[in-house]
Amino acid sequence: MIGIYLTGSLIISVAFYFGKSHLFRIILAWLFCIMQGVLAFYEYNHPNQTELVYFTPDALAIIFLVVVSIISIPVFYHSFIYFYKHPYKPREMGLYFAATVMLITAISAAYLSNHMGITWVFVEITTLSASALIYHRRSKLTLEGTWKYIFICSISITLVFIGILFVTVAVQQADINDLFYTTLSTNAPHLSTFWLKLAFLFVFTGFTAKAGLVPMYTAGIDAKDKAPYPSAAILASVLMNVGFIGIFRFYEITSHTAVYQWTNKIVLISAILSVFVATVYMLRVKNIKRMMAYSGVEHMGIVMLGIAAGGVGYYAAILHLILHSFAKPALFFQFGQIYRTYGSKSVYDVGEYFKYNITGAMVLLLAYFVVTAMPPSGMFVSEFLIFKSLFASGYLWVLILIMILLTVIIWAFGKNVFKMLFVKPVDFDDRHLESIPFSESLSQFILLGMVIYLGLNPPKEMVDLINAAISTLPK
Amino acid sequence: MINLLLITFTISLIYISMANRMMTYIRIIAFQGVLLFGVAFVELIEINLANLIFVLLETIVIKAIAIPLFLKYILDRNRITREAEPYVSNFVSVVVVTLIILGSFFLANAITDTNVRKIFFIVALSALFTGLYIIITRRKIVTHVMGFLIIENGVFVLSLAVGSEMPMLVNIGILLDIFVSVILLGIFADKIGDVFEEQDVEQLRNLKD
Repeated sequence: MIGIYLTGSLIISVAFYFGKSHLFRIILAWLFCIMQGVLAFYEYNHPNQTELVYFTPDALAIIFLVVVSIISIPVFYHSFIYFYKHPYKPREMGLYFAATVMLITAISAAYLSNHMGITWVFVEITTLSASALIYHRRSKLTLEGTWKYIFICSISITLVFIGILFVTVAVQQADINDLFYTTLSTNAPHLSTFWLKLAFLFVFTGFTAKAGLVPMYTAGIDAKDKAPYPSAAILASVLMNVGFIGIFRFYEITSHTAVYQWTNKIVLISAILSVFVATVYMLRVKNIKRMMAYSGVEHMGIVMLGIAAGGVGYYAAILHLILHSFAKPALFFQFGQIYRTYGSKSVYDVGEYFKYNITGAMVLLLAYFVVTAMPPSGMFVSEFLIFKSLFASGYLWVLILIMILLTVIIWAFGKNVFKMLFVKPVDFDDRHLESIPFSESLSQFILLGMVIYLGLNPPKEMVDLINAAISTLPK
Repeated sequence: MINLLLITFTISLIYISMANRMMTYIRIIAFQGVLLFGVAFVELIEINLANLIFVLLETIVIKAIAIPLFLKYILDRNRITREAEPYVSNFVSVVVVTLIILGSFFLANAITDTNVRKIFFIVALSALFTGLYIIITRRKIVTHVMGFLIIENGVFVLSLAVGSEMPMLVNIGILLDIFVSVILLGIFADKIGDVFEEQDVEQLRNLKD
């Protein structure tokens, strides 16, 4: 099935690039979404069956695969809206869709990969295809953003490669010579601790560029700012899960060794710093898209806190990632409508959104409550569980610090959002406004509704999958 | 033989730290590609055709011919001035790179592991840090791509140092990805030359909060 999927999406990607007719593109988009869904469905029904040597759908991969399959439908829908409303050249549109298909395919393959080297290859492909999306508008600033993104991601992925090389040294002591995650995991106690520590440092630092954590988060912020908003939705949700899965799979290996406590410390430091950095920037950022991107840094920090704390934190971290992947695209899709109404990304130029687009304003208000994890948001449940795990594992001071920082973030986020909703905009000419139909906000209501539903009433299938994904970690 | 090649490689790092002209950088990078071919060729324990073709492709064709030609094309097309324009003087650069090499020497000596060959490790670490140093201290965007290439060369030596034997498929995937990312970096460096007046990192300071 994975073989069919990879070839199929390659063909669709090429067809998108050369296709001229509009109907043809819509058919291709549907075809891809259906194929993505069929893949997720097939892997869900055939868990842990290795295909093509290098791909195994384990529980974590299946969870994220289902998430990316759901997200890709509104992404294509909003991409078409984006092209209806913005002037473009046909060739650029072809490249945009081809790159989107490649990006989603590479993300799915990176989830499914069971070999460190193959994960590396597909993560690198996500950088390359994302760069085509970031550069889509071809202005000076997108050029700068793209350059920074490719450069920092290339350096980071090189660091991951160095980490993989150190793993090969570590495994030589245990007399194994392949880098499949399962082999490494079962032989973990025999690996050399010195090289494993070194490898973890490099792999972790490298994948933070994708996951959006300190230290390498910067490139991702610029990328989400400059990419068209449907692509930014991918970059801010499912692509961050790729970085997480890279870190998590290696973390799972180290959890069976003597360096487990040490890796927890590294993860904890990075997590606290991420939330701190997000707080500092949330206070001063005036660009709406960048504000949403920094909110992603905050959430990844919270997820990593759950991982570092352990216990129920593992479950909560995975749940939080799933919910975040639904909530963040809704915000970015809504940003598309804000930009069409006001023609600006700055908080200063946006205001009285309730007057001009009432459904959009409802989405923004609801999304604010969902993303800042206020009840009834499902993220409230996952954040609550993470706090509980921090408390249980004795990180009381960390918990207090994080709670203060989160309060500041909620205030800073709220200040901007409520200004956009209720305060009168300066110098805004509302004579030639187009009215935005309700149907465009529907996808965001569904996504936000899913966040609430999945958090408050998690389906048994999802709970089982999450528990299976964390079953090998120490209790 | 290996030692000779690796020491020449290290000397080329010192040389690149004090080179003045852009063309010298390109020549040194091409030369490093040839050196790496020599090292990898001697290292090949069993010479079968697939391995030979792979190493030949990775070092000679890509590292020593394709990428340097591409960089030269960018230099010519954007009429980039010949001077490298570092932020620091060449004397300081030589001292820093020498210190980097010394530091890697001590670092590698601190590791007591028979699985890792020390001289490879020293050279690899030196190349990594020299590449980073070149990226930090040079003004031009093309020079940043070159610094990245030096880092990649260091990683290549490191992969020989640890004697990793990844499956052919994985190796080819990694090689292709690196090649494409270097080409992409080059293309965007080229575009920056088109869009901005100068090919200078000072131009890239507009995205911030």
